[in-house]
Amino acid sequence: MLKKRDDFEDILEERRRSSDLRYALRCYTPTLYRGLVPCKASMLKSIVLQSDHLQYVIKQVSSESGESTEGVSEEASLILDEMAHCLQLSTIRFFAFTLSKAFKRLFRSVCVNEEGIQRLQQAVQEHPVVLLPSHRSYMDFLMMSYLLYTYDLPLPVIAAGMDFMSMKFVGEMLRMSGAFFIRRSFGGDKLYWAVFSEYVKTMLRNGYAPIEFFLEGTRSRTCKSLTPKTGLLNIVMEPFFKGELFDVNLVPVSISYERILEESLYARELLGIPKPKESTSGLLKARRVLSEDYGSMYVYFGHPVSVRSLAEGKINRSQYNLLPRYIPQKPSADTHEFLSDAAFRLVRIQEENMVLKPWVLIATLLLQNPDGLDLSSLAEQTDWLRHLALAFGAFLDWPDHEACSEVVSCSLALHRHLLSVSAGHVQLSVTDVPQVETTPEEAVFHQAVVVLSCASYRNQILHVFLRPALLAMAMQSANSNRKDDVYNGFNFLRKVFSNEFILCPGDSVQDFEEACYLLMKRGVLQVLEHEIVMSASGHSTLAFLSSVLDPFLQGYQVVCRYLCEETNENLTEKEFIPAVRSFALKLILAGNTCYEALSSDLQKNALAAFLRLKAVRKLCLFTFLFLCHTGGKIPTQKPILARL
Amino acid sequence: LPLSLSLSLSLSPSPSPSLSLSLSLSPSLSPSLSLSLSLSLSLSPPLSLSLSLFLSLSLQEIMKWNGWGYSDSRFLFNKKGQAEFTGKRYRLSGLILPSLKDWFEGTFGANLQHRSPATPSLNLSAVAPPHLNQPFVEDLKAAGLSVSHDPEDRVFRAHGHCLHEVFALREGRIGRVPDVVVWPSCHNDVEKIVELACKHNVCLIPYGGGTSVSSALECPREETRSIVSLDTSQMNRILWIDEKNLTAHVEAGIIGQDLERQLNERGYCTGHEPDSMEFSSLGGWVATRASGMKKNIYGNIEDLVVHIKMVTPRGVIEKSCLGPRMSTGPDIHHFILGSEGTLGVVTEVTLKIRPVPEYQKYGSVVFPNFQQGVACLREVARQRCAPASIRLMDNEQFQFGHALKPQVSSIFTSFLDGLKKFYITKFKGFDPHHLCVATLLFEGDRGKVLQHEKQVYDIAAKFGGLAAGEDNGQRGYMLTFVIAYLRDLGMDYYVIGESFETSVPWDRVLDLCRNVKERIVRECKERGVQFPPLSTCRVTQTYDAGACVYFYFAFNYRGLSDPVHIYEQVEHAAREEILANGGSLSHHHGVGKLRKEWMKASVSGVGLGMLKSVKEYVDPQNIFGNGNLL
Repeated sequence: MLKKRDDFEDILEERRRSSDLRYALRCYTPTLYRGLVPCKASMLKSIVLQSDHLQYVIKQVSSESGESTEGVSEEASLILDEMAHCLQLSTIRFFAFTLSKAFKRLFRSVCVNEEGIQRLQQAVQEHPVVLLPSHRSYMDFLMMSYLLYTYDLPLPVIAAGMDFMSMKFVGEMLRMSGAFFIRRSFGGDKLYWAVFSEYVKTMLRNGYAPIEFFLEGTRSRTCKSLTPKTGLLNIVMEPFFKGELFDVNLVPVSISYERILEESLYARELLGIPKPKESTSGLLKARRVLSEDYGSMYVYFGHPVSVRSLAEGKINRSQYNLLPRYIPQKPSADTHEFLSDAAFRLVRIQEENMVLKPWVLIATLLLQNPDGLDLSSLAEQTDWLRHLALAFGAFLDWPDHEACSEVVSCSLALHRHLLSVSAGHVQLSVTDVPQVETTPEEAVFHQAVVVLSCASYRNQILHVFLRPALLAMAMQSANSNRKDDVYNGFNFLRKVFSNEFILCPGDSVQDFEEACYLLMKRGVLQVLEHEIVMSASGHSTLAFLSSVLDPFLQGYQVVCRYLCEETNENLTEKEFIPAVRSFALKLILAGNTCYEALSSDLQKNALAAFLRLKAVRKLCLFTFLFLCHTGGKIPTQKPILARL
Repeated sequence: LPLSLSLSLSLSPSPSPSLSLSLSLSPSLSPSLSLSLSLSLSLSPPLSLSLSLFLSLSLQEIMKWNGWGYSDSRFLFNKKGQAEFTGKRYRLSGLILPSLKDWFEGTFGANLQHRSPATPSLNLSAVAPPHLNQPFVEDLKAAGLSVSHDPEDRVFRAHGHCLHEVFALREGRIGRVPDVVVWPSCHNDVEKIVELACKHNVCLIPYGGGTSVSSALECPREETRSIVSLDTSQMNRILWIDEKNLTAHVEAGIIGQDLERQLNERGYCTGHEPDSMEFSSLGGWVATRASGMKKNIYGNIEDLVVHIKMVTPRGVIEKSCLGPRMSTGPDIHHFILGSEGTLGVVTEVTLKIRPVPEYQKYGSVVFPNFQQGVACLREVARQRCAPASIRLMDNEQFQFGHALKPQVSSIFTSFLDGLKKFYITKFKGFDPHHLCVATLLFEGDRGKVLQHEKQVYDIAAKFGGLAAGEDNGQRGYMLTFVIAYLRDLGMDYYVIGESFETSVPWDRVLDLCRNVKERIVRECKERGVQFPPLSTCRVTQTYDAGACVYFYFAFNYRGLSDPVHIYEQVEHAAREEILANGGSLSHHHGVGKLRKEWMKASVSGVGLGMLKSVKEYVDPQNIFGNGNLL
């Protein structure tokens, strides 16, 4: 399976052999976009401020608010100053030097698909490029710029969250290495939106630099891909829709880590131990991470996706003919659907190109066996799972010519801090507990950190098993072999979990067929015209698959039970997470559910799903959002509860 | 001021209609020579010798049957491999064009060894026998009208100049052709013909100059009735000139160059000069909403007409007076203008005329790039100071124009050219692969022209433009007239191509030009065209709110099994791209059958319904069944 994808090259190899300083100071001559309009970062600001679009919005805002246009212009200029990057080659060179040192200490190798780089080189010349990396770690965008520098590609400008900017010095450093900062929420702020979108579009139109942003919006704490955001995607596509650019190349980039730097940090965050505010001192304290081994890192540059071909037959560009193009237009319903569809597809491409290490399989198995496994049976099951994963198209990096047990023990060694191995028995467990007395609640949390850390590895492979697993689960609950019933069950689960996993809206039939096909290919199922029959040998596969999703199902049941049993009155959104958490804690202590129910990510997703399915209703807007579970009044709730 | 003699030869028509049939076989016309002296700055610049040819019934005697223009004028590569233009009609005629070969081979990857010659003559047996409506033909003859069902006459009137039409002719493939050709000689003849057509239920297709590029003259495949080509060429007289009101009343079959020349003899002009004016007719202009190169001074055809007379199956439509403007409901002229022969035959038109301008001057400006050029044209339009004509060619077209430079006669000129090139590219730093050129034509009284010229050059200077001389300007306009001949040359060497046009708001001009050109390149590549195509454009007209853009597109089709189909697919994609970028379906070529599919999207369902209901009322039997537009 690996063969259909490109080969990798370890860029650290060269770094270990030659001088980092010379590397940082080497002649950098990037391939340029052929339609490049040369312009400096400072000129960029004045182009943006004088653009027809921004001028129009400034006048509009000024007439609405009564403020003078000069005042509003001034405000726009300040917004831009706060936002704008000031990309400097010297800073990049500084990073090239320091990051070389850091990467060599952190990683055994940093593997990049060279063919992807070649494709990117081609794409960069032809049309403006948008880089869409997956986001699992702070490392991601440093690594991206580092790689582009290494391969003589134009350095990207990166949309970063404002939280970085509060970091003294580092914020400025990032700014100088091409980051521009956007506020996390500016929903109704017309002026902000106008400045921001015009800034991005100007850079794109002029071919100033590749634009880089994260479709998922933020780092995924769970290592599952997050439901993509479409705002920035719309901004980078609009110049094509409006004919200002012939095309835009979107390049999905999948970055995967054998061991994630923020691993336990994420787990703690999910458990409600608040995320430390980004600060320079915090970063310095994190130096400790430098002394550990994080295995390998993989960066896969996907095939460039042309916006033009994506939009072919889906977007009628003539809709922009009747309004001057500088007047901002809300995307039409069609456009909206297109954007969301495109975003999902891009995230799926990211998922598919994500390199998976053997540890991911082991983690999956260990989570399914909380009491642990013998090394030999772990090796055996890992091998079985490996074949299943490959059959489902997983991009698995399995070392050639190595015995399975060898591979397993290597992986266990790298992740030893999550495990206890004694007498050939492996178990997930807390390894560095402080030796002070702990309450049962604290013990649960300590164990949950381990479980959630481990889950973050299992989550990396979920996209491979997701569709067959939904089918397996649907078959279990359907009590019937009729294809229609199974499909209904499948569709229901798909709906429930569509905040949790990447499931393109509208693809349910396609997903169902894919699941059937994969399981049929494995000889697990026979799909007849009206029936789906499990084959004799298929039981273990189906059992495995449905237990893959089991923690999620249990978690959703916990949220559901909480809403039904514990809340009689209205509940504010703020109170929700802590309340569910303590409810789940009680259940865990009573041995009634799994640790993953403690994950705030899961809880939020569950709530969002229930809201979407109208089992729960938002009562009031403003900052306080009241929730009210609507009891039996809304008919959809019954089946949801019953089926969960 | 370069003076040159222009000789104009005109043949006077034979007034007797009974003679006309034999005329088509042996034109025994009595030519009366009239010498007229005029400055080369008089109208129709490229025509140093013009023949009033359309007085003959059989055009094929002096016109190519399977290509553009006069039989005696064509490009060829001589034995030395140098390009030359034959004949004596044009400024370029008889000259050697030394750089054309290199340009041609370099641009298209063509090779003079690889020839794709046309079938030398029409194979008469390939023409299906006419499907005659005998009673109708009899009635026509009884009415004393000239009628022919000679295969050559019929084939000649079965096509316009779309690529697929000419390509098929060159291969000797003949599709459905009209069954009969009839030549009315006046309005009353047309009335008679239309009446008989209704009576006998035959299909009438009006034919003017045959320069359509929208498949408008193609016989609809589904037509089962006898198809009659109504050739207006014999209705070619200027009926009167009214010097008080500055109008002329003209029969609609008159050909552009004849109209202009005859008016010039009286000291007037219409100033309507579409690129096809050597061959296209007044009636055709009205029927397609034509646009002339000098519309900035004289206006487009809709601005020029004061009165139109059209014969329809319902009767004659015309206004009751010659008032310059009326508020009498929607202007009925606008049902006629652009009706593309679907409603009736335009027989007579009253046009505005102007005194021949005292002075004419060409000019050109070189810009460092196309963007600057467009910005300059926009500014000129904003200040409403456009000269009679202002056109901006892109870099590819600039190089194309350069390839058509005739052999330089003296070392001095060649030295001067070198110097100019050095000045522009080295001293001024223009990149020869980006620079583009605007060609200008000023007209009016001398003082004002010079003043106007200065104003325009001052604006150009603000956009980095450098004046580049009259000669470059004039050559630019010449390109317009010879380009159609060049297509025939290309087709001799596996190169096919065509032009198409659109109109677009100013702010979208650049984006549209870039996107359409790129779309063409990309579509060609995707369809297996081996060598990158020539994909070039120019801005040919400026308006207050936008511009007209003209594209040329050509490629080398060696190795392709169905080049015409690929050509059509690419052109289709290019039109889609135009529409997606805010361009119109057509600025002046019309819709014909080629662009019908986009009509509804262009004018809305209701709009199309309005047009259809007019058609239904005027022509319920679909006598004018050429199938255009709707």
